[in-house]
Amino acid sequence: MVVDEVEPPVLDAVFHALADSTRRDIVVRTLRDEYSVSALSRLYPMTFAAVQKHVAVLERAALVTKRRSGREQLVTGNVDTVRRAARLLDQLELVWRDRMDRFGDILAEDPNPGAPA
Amino acid sequence: MTVTSVHKDPRTRTMTLTAEFTASAAGVWQLWADPRRLERWWGPPTHPATVVEHDLRAGGEVTYFVTGPDGERRSGWWRVLTVTPPAGLEFEMGDPDIPPLLVRVRIEEQPAGRTRMVVVTTFPSADAMDQLIGMGFEQGLSTAVSQIDAVLT
Repeated sequence: MVVDEVEPPVLDAVFHALADSTRRDIVVRTLRDEYSVSALSRLYPMTFAAVQKHVAVLERAALVTKRRSGREQLVTGNVDTVRRAARLLDQLELVWRDRMDRFGDILAEDPNPGAPA
Repeated sequence: MTVTSVHKDPRTRTMTLTAEFTASAAGVWQLWADPRRLERWWGPPTHPATVVEHDLRAGGEVTYFVTGPDGERRSGWWRVLTVTPPAGLEFEMGDPDIPPLLVRVRIEEQPAGRTRMVVVTTFPSADAMDQLIGMGFEQGLSTAVSQIDAVLT
């Protein structure tokens, strides 16, 4: 029995976050070094606000963490989440185990549901 | 215990999950065939699914969206390949962010009023799997992860 603290919505957020090339780049960079949001925004042809938005998406997916240092917001990649994302089949297992639990609960309520009315 | 076994094979990019329920095969089938019942188990409670289109025939499509806690919606689809009620179905599934996965479902009635369901999920190509975990770019996350591993060990 695999027990993992990753919730399916988190997984969902991880996939969504990694679907964008700028966000993937931010993850890779911040895994190596801590970057301020303003330093990151100088790397991409987009506004500070746009980069901040990308960072927020990554933060929600727990792919990066943010801390304040004076007027700067410093961003660090989260190694654990990246490793987890790499364990794709494990993630898929969790999603389907949860689905099967709900599936079983519905059948426990009504083992022989009729056709939809 | 609902799920009786899970087998994952990274080489063939396949996960085979077997579950058993105290129900008839027809009953199990209804949870796929009835969109309102499908909605009750497809998404987690925090991200409930709403089925928009539900054409469970070969060549048909099932479309849905899940709604997150912040009200954000994400859409998804199935492209139905084969349907044999109540013995099973095959479909491709995907959403705008995720390359399609192949899902094969087999439903088999067992003695004593039980039914076994086998769900086989396959990433059609290594590319799809890589894309899904965000490695489809020059300096892949895999590189980053191995670098981190090298530092930590």
